[in-house]
Amino acid sequence: MNELDLAMVNWAKAQFALTAMYHWLFVPLTLGLSVLCAFMESIYVRTGDERWRSITKFWMTLFGINFAIGVATGIILEFEFGTNWSNYSWMVGDIFGAPLAVEGLVAFFLEATFFAVMFFGWDRVSKRFHLFSTWMVAVGANLSALWILVANSWMQHPVGMDFNPVSARFEMQNFWEVLLSPVAIAKFTHTTTSSFIVGSLFVITISSWYLLKGRHVEMAKKSVIVASVFGLLSSGMTALTGDQSAVVNSETQPMKLAAYEGLYTGTRNAGLVALGVLNHDKKPGDDADPFHFEVKLPSMLSLLAKHDANAFVPGIDDLVWGNEAEGIIGVDAKMKRGQQAVEDLTNYKQALNSGDEAAAEMSLTRFDVNKGYLGYGYLDAPVDAVPPVETAFYSFHIMVMLAAFFILIFAAFLYYSMKDTLEHKKLVLGGGFISFFLAMLASQAGWVVAEVGRQPWVIQDMMPVHIGASNISAGNVQTTFVMFAVIFTLLLLAEIKIMVQQIKKGPEGV
Amino acid sequence: MIGNLDLMTLQQIWWLLVSVVGSLFLFLTFVQGGQSLLWQVAKNDTEKALVINSLGRKWELTFTTLVLFGGALFAAFPKFYATSFGGAYWVWILILFTFIVQAVSYEFRKKTGNLYGAWTYELFLFINGSVGILLIGAAVGTFFTGSNFILNDYNQVSWMNSLLGLEAAFSLFNLSLGLFLVFNARVLGAMYLVNNIDFAAMPEFESRMRRSCMVNFLCSLPFLLYILVSLVVIQGYGVDENGVVAMVAFKYFKNLAAMPHVLVMLLAGLLLVIWGVVLTSLKGGTRGIWFGGLGTVLVGLTVFFLAGYNNTAFYPSKVDLQSSLTIYNASSTHYTLTVMTYVAMVIPFVLAYIAYVWKLMDARKIGISDVTGDKAY
Repeated sequence: MNELDLAMVNWAKAQFALTAMYHWLFVPLTLGLSVLCAFMESIYVRTGDERWRSITKFWMTLFGINFAIGVATGIILEFEFGTNWSNYSWMVGDIFGAPLAVEGLVAFFLEATFFAVMFFGWDRVSKRFHLFSTWMVAVGANLSALWILVANSWMQHPVGMDFNPVSARFEMQNFWEVLLSPVAIAKFTHTTTSSFIVGSLFVITISSWYLLKGRHVEMAKKSVIVASVFGLLSSGMTALTGDQSAVVNSETQPMKLAAYEGLYTGTRNAGLVALGVLNHDKKPGDDADPFHFEVKLPSMLSLLAKHDANAFVPGIDDLVWGNEAEGIIGVDAKMKRGQQAVEDLTNYKQALNSGDEAAAEMSLTRFDVNKGYLGYGYLDAPVDAVPPVETAFYSFHIMVMLAAFFILIFAAFLYYSMKDTLEHKKLVLGGGFISFFLAMLASQAGWVVAEVGRQPWVIQDMMPVHIGASNISAGNVQTTFVMFAVIFTLLLLAEIKIMVQQIKKGPEGV
Repeated sequence: MIGNLDLMTLQQIWWLLVSVVGSLFLFLTFVQGGQSLLWQVAKNDTEKALVINSLGRKWELTFTTLVLFGGALFAAFPKFYATSFGGAYWVWILILFTFIVQAVSYEFRKKTGNLYGAWTYELFLFINGSVGILLIGAAVGTFFTGSNFILNDYNQVSWMNSLLGLEAAFSLFNLSLGLFLVFNARVLGAMYLVNNIDFAAMPEFESRMRRSCMVNFLCSLPFLLYILVSLVVIQGYGVDENGVVAMVAFKYFKNLAAMPHVLVMLLAGLLLVIWGVVLTSLKGGTRGIWFGGLGTVLVGLTVFFLAGYNNTAFYPSKVDLQSSLTIYNASSTHYTLTVMTYVAMVIPFVLAYIAYVWKLMDARKIGISDVTGDKAY
C-alpha cells in the first residue's frame, strides 16, 4: 500500500480534531436542551399554565440558535471521511457507511421535519401535536447520536466484520454485532446522559445569572427545578455508564485504560489515581517513577475495571513488551505477525496479477493466520502503539473531577430550591454560573480521552491512522484547515453574541 | 424476501434509491433557488422577510436530503465516496462550504448581535444558491464527461489533475449542467414562493415573482438544450460483460434507446416543468411547484439512470478507463446492501410524515402577521 505524506496526515488529523471539537461545542447542548424543552412543554400541556409556555419558548429560542450552528459544523464531518480519509473510507465503507446512512434516514429527517413545527407551529397545529413534535426533535437528535456513536464504536472495537484480501477492505459480516457491541452501548449511553448534564447546566448557568441579577426570578426558579432533577438523574446514569466504559476499555482497549490512568507497570490490586502530576520525562520501558505526586485509592482500579479487586490490570510496559506470566502478547511480537500479514497480502496481490493461482492460494493461507494483527504491520516501533499519555491522563481526570463537582451543584440547587432559599445563596449561584463552561470542558475532555487515547489506531489493531488518509498534498489540507478554523470561529463569535443578547432580553423577548 | 436477492439486483436497487434521493434533492433545491432570487424579487424588508421565512421552514429538508445522499453513497457505493471525495477534493469542499454558511444564515440573519449584519447572511444564502448549486451540477456532469483519477491495486485513488476536482467546472458540458440546475432551482424557487406566500395587498411582489419564474425558465433553456444534444451525440463510457471499460459512440443515446421508459420519463418530466411554468407565470395558478417538482424529479432520475444503468460506468476516469467506477465494482457487499435494503423500507414512512407535516404547516399561507415579531426568522 502507498505510504502517505506524514505532513498531510498530521494536518488531516488536526482538521478532524478542529471540526469535531467545534461540532461538539454545540451537540451536547442540543442533545440535553432538546429533552429539557420537551419536559418543560410537557408540564405546560399538563398544567395548562401559560407561564410554562413562556419558559419553554425561551429555552427553545436558545436551542434554535445553538442548533443552527450545530448543523453547520456537522455536515463537514460526514464528508471529511471522504475528503481527508479516502483510504479509510474505501477500506471500511462497507461497514462504516451504513450507520451514517441510517442516521440520515431515521434521525436527521425527524429532527429537520419536526424542528419547523416546534418553532413555527405554535399557532398552526394543536397543542398536543406541537408537544409531540418537540419530543420528536429530542428523539431525532438523540437517535442521530446513536448511529454516529455506533460508527465510532466500531472503530474503537471492530466487530462483526472480516478483511477481504481480494477487495482489500473490511466487510460486514453481522450488522447486529456492530449495532449491539458492548462498546457501542457504553458509548451511546455515556455520551447522551453526559450531554443531558451539559444541557441541564446550561439552564442552571443562565438561571443563576438571572437570580444573581434578580431578574426573571420566577422563570429561573422553575427552570432550575427541572434542570437539577434531570441533571441529578443524568449524573447517576453517567457515572454508571462511565464505569461500564472503563470495564469495556479494559477488555477491548487496555492501552487506552493504562494511558488515562498513567499505569506503566501492570499489577494486581491496581490502585485508582484520584489525583496526580505525571513525570513529563517518563518513557515507556524506563525505570523512572511515572508520577511526581499521586493520590491513589488502593485496589479501586482493579475493582472498577475488572469488577475484581484482585484482578491484574496491565500497564503500558506489559502491553508494549508483553507479559508472559499474565498471558499478554507484546506489541513487538504483534508487529512481527503484522509485518508477515502485510507481506503475504502483497504477495497474494502480485500472484493474482501474474495469474499464479497456486502461489496466491499459499499466500492467502499464510495471510489468514496473521490477519488479526494486520494493523501492527504498519507500525515502525513498538512504542508507536502508546498514545500520548499526558493528554489522555489529564483529560480523563479533569472529566471525572468535574463530573463529581456537577453532582454537588445539582444537589445544592435542588436542595435550596426545595427550601426556596436559592436566590439568597450567592456562593451556590456563583458555582452554578460557571458550571456550564466547566461542563463544556468536561465534555470535550471526554472525547479527548476517547480519541487521543486510542492513537495510533483509526481502527483498533487493524489500521493505524496514517494508512487511512487521502493521497493529496499537505498544502490542500492546510488551506481547508484555515478556511474551517476561520469560518467556524467567526460563526461561533456571532452565535455567542446572539445568545448573550437573547439571554439579556429574557423570556419577554421571545 | 430481500435476503434472497442476488448482488446485481441489490446494486441496481441501490442505484435506484440513490437516484431517487438525488432527484428529490434537485426538487428541494427550490430553497437554494429562492435564496438566489431574494435580492431580485424582494424589494423591501417585509418582502424579504416573507421569502426568508417561507424558505426557512423548508431549508433543513433540502440540507438533510443532501446529507442522506452523501450517506447513501457512502454506504452503498463506498468506492465512489472514497474516490470522488478524496480526489475531487476542492469541488466538494467548496460545495460543503456553501452549505455550512447556509445553515446558520436563516437563524442568524435578523437576530440582534449577529455581528456581520443581515446583508452578510443574505450573501451567504446567495452564494449557497448560486455557487453551491453550480458546483453540484458540475460534479454531476463528470458522471458523463469523466474525471482524472487512477486507482491502484488497493483501490487507493490518485487524482491526476492539480486542480483536484475544480477542473470539472471548466468543461462546457459540466458548466452547462451547473447553470441549468441554478436556473431550474430559481424556477422552482419562484413556483414554491408563489404557492407558499400570501400576497394579499402586494400585487407587484406577486407579479415580480411570477415573472421571474418564466424569465429563469427561458434562461435555463439554452443550457438544457446543450445538455440534451450533447447527451445524444457524445461518446460514453461503456462496460462489457468482463467489466472492461471502453469508449462507445452515442453511448447515452443508446442507453435511451435501450431503456425507452427513461425516454418517456425525460419527456414527461420536461412537459411537467413547462406546465408548472405556464401555470405559475401565465395562468395565475399556485400549484405550479407540484408539476415543476415532479418534473424535476423525473428529469433527475433520467440523468442518474443514463449514467448508471445499461452497462455504463457512472463515475468514469478519462485518464485510466479501467479505473472507472460502475455500480457493480463500486458497491458494498451483498450482506451490507441487504441490511441497507431492509433499513430503506422506512423510506415510505419518512416520506409520509414529511408530507403530513408539510400539509399541516402550510395549510395557511405565510402572511405578514407571520413575519413580524421575534418568532420569525
